[in-house]
Amino acid sequence: MPLFLNDEQTMLRDTAKDFVAASAPVSHMRALRDANDATGFSRDLWKQFAEMGFTGILIGEDAGGLGLGHVEAGVVLEEIGRNLSPSPFLSTAVAAVEALKGTAQAERWFPGILAGETVAALAIDEGAKHRSTVEMKAERAGNGFRLTGKKQFVTHGHVADLLIVAARTAGSAADEQGVTLFAVPKDAAGLTATPERLADASLAARIAFDGVEVDADAVIGEVDAGRDPLNRLLRAGRTGAAAEMLGVGGGAMDMTVSYLKERKQFGTLIGSFQALQHRAAHLYSEMEVARAAVLKAQQLLDAGDDRAMQAVSVAKAMTGLATTLSVQEGVQMHGGMGMTDAFDIGFYMKRGRVLAEMFGDSNFHADLLATTAGY
Amino acid sequence: MTTDLDTFRKETRAWLEANCPPEMREPIRTEKDAVWGGRDQSDLTPAQKQWMDAMGSRGWTVPDWPREYGGGGLSAAETKVLREEMAAIRARNPLNSFGISMLGPALLKYGTEAQKKRFLPEIARGEIRWCQGYSEPNAGSDLASLATSAEDKGDHFLVNGQKIWTSYADKADWIFCLVRTDRTNKHNGISFVLFDMRTPGVSTKPILLISGYSPFCETFFDNVKVPKENLVGELNKGWDVAKYLLGHEREMISGMGLGGTGGKNPLVLGALATIGVDHDGKLADPLLRAQIALFEVRAKAFAAQSERFIDELKAGRAHPAQPSMMKYYGTELNKARYELLMSAGGSDELEWESEASNGGREARAWLRTKANSIEGGTSEVQLNIIAKRILELPA
Repeated sequence: MPLFLNDEQTMLRDTAKDFVAASAPVSHMRALRDANDATGFSRDLWKQFAEMGFTGILIGEDAGGLGLGHVEAGVVLEEIGRNLSPSPFLSTAVAAVEALKGTAQAERWFPGILAGETVAALAIDEGAKHRSTVEMKAERAGNGFRLTGKKQFVTHGHVADLLIVAARTAGSAADEQGVTLFAVPKDAAGLTATPERLADASLAARIAFDGVEVDADAVIGEVDAGRDPLNRLLRAGRTGAAAEMLGVGGGAMDMTVSYLKERKQFGTLIGSFQALQHRAAHLYSEMEVARAAVLKAQQLLDAGDDRAMQAVSVAKAMTGLATTLSVQEGVQMHGGMGMTDAFDIGFYMKRGRVLAEMFGDSNFHADLLATTAGY
Repeated sequence: MTTDLDTFRKETRAWLEANCPPEMREPIRTEKDAVWGGRDQSDLTPAQKQWMDAMGSRGWTVPDWPREYGGGGLSAAETKVLREEMAAIRARNPLNSFGISMLGPALLKYGTEAQKKRFLPEIARGEIRWCQGYSEPNAGSDLASLATSAEDKGDHFLVNGQKIWTSYADKADWIFCLVRTDRTNKHNGISFVLFDMRTPGVSTKPILLISGYSPFCETFFDNVKVPKENLVGELNKGWDVAKYLLGHEREMISGMGLGGTGGKNPLVLGALATIGVDHDGKLADPLLRAQIALFEVRAKAFAAQSERFIDELKAGRAHPAQPSMMKYYGTELNKARYELLMSAGGSDELEWESEASNGGREARAWLRTKANSIEGGTSEVQLNIIAKRILELPA
């Protein structure tokens, strides 16, 4: 399979590009922020995502979805990133769907996701840095489990209909086995979600589980064997976050290059200065390399290839490096204008930072690569 | 079901097995192990000569060139099979040649039928060793400002001037050379000519490099007579030929950034040998470990980009200036790799001539990589090209 989009994927990209740019451009995000919107995204827009078929991209055709892959999900995510559109697409239609796929929980939650009515949030991080350890407890109680512990950085956690929660049913924090994944409905008693606004104006919740009781059938997959669905979720989430970051970095680069072509200083276009040309060309090179890394990871994931894990870490780490460069250069080359709230470029910097941190930053994934390679 | 390609693979495997001498299945260790071909083949070992001749006679030194010009006439898929089967028995490249990587593609595109028939089969069989006469002392990055002149004398050109950084000019039999045929026009006054290095008036002088080697020479032309039939492409249009050839050269150099992304990472092996591991089994220098890991991220991402670039080239959808991006990134990455390699190896790698350091192999290679971002167009020139032709920034 060649490492570029095929004709169908290109058509989907063009559709997604037009749709997202028209329905949720950067001004949409700015308006939600200015209104101090308590939801953090538009439910109407989420419905429209469903009408476009986007929410079912990764859901099989037998379940009413499009039965497509990570390349296609990434195509949509890149446009979300380019337009800084607040959307539950990554957590719900990509990460949660991958976790639920093939489990008994799919039947219960997929129809709502397909209809654009259900929003899922991922309660997987327990500290300020993404780690593979799981400390939160789930003890057997009556017919099910009692969940106790805390999670943070749960995007849309305060309004989600479904929380995917990783908890420990056996062993201790660093153990690979003994983790169970739960599908917890939002109205479960003892669950408190406190939304916090992040630097990029999005909302992520700190969630306290104070003896939250769930039925045995809330288990996603098998008890103590939650790493399987969790790893599926993480692979999809990391690749998806990389794709969205590619959109953020690419969007910032396009804005910056356009600015270089129109802004005059010393009586001449600043884009004619070699000092800036070289930095822009270097930035372009880093973004191209990141793009290839993301597509490689998506294709390997879709092919079920053993090398996908490594490629996913490369993609997440590389887009983290490239996008950070892109937004930094973006603000710098916009000069004083880049520091103002009125200009959009600063939004790219904030969103890039949030996505870089999500599902593990560049250092986390470089470390994972080194550990996997045995050094 | 057996396909034609399966049959080809089976036959290729059998032929390679029968024709590749055991000595040619050992890794290349020193400069002497690389075969360059040429008129004088007295330095070649019997195995080297046998392997080069066997591959050359089948056209497999240039498997995808047409048969009529000494090539193998293989399809892209067959060429890939051949490379895979060679890799499977760890067969060495039978012939290193600027004729193959640079001049050949330019002749195939711009040469006359007579030139193709005369030169290409010789290149394929490794009978003539070529060098490239491009750079001049005052025309490096601004190559088009070159001054070496070729005066029209009726049946021949009279060439006068000086070239520099001519790789292996002292060992080459022929040169492909850019000369000025019109002083009034910078880009459209350059012509591309070929001539024998034995022609009276040609002399060379090696340049010693920081690596202790002399692969480069200064080359002088004093009233050198070049027959007119050796002009490639149109008079004064040599810049087109040169640019086409530079694209191939940049692709070749960009491939350097790809080394060492396989399982046995030489960076890690080097560091393990000198530093060892801590109680968790991790490299005992956490900062070096982090640097290596972050380097690996870029190296693996660049490997994906190279794959993407080749796929796009094949499909005819790569931007024509994209080789500049590949060259820039690949060579900068390669320099970073060798910087880390030296850091991982410590003082072991600094021994310039000891047996333990293989005659200072890594140190010399490290120093050699510093030229990657200078030769074939400096990194700054590549960035200029990206900025102007891809990003379309104003002049």
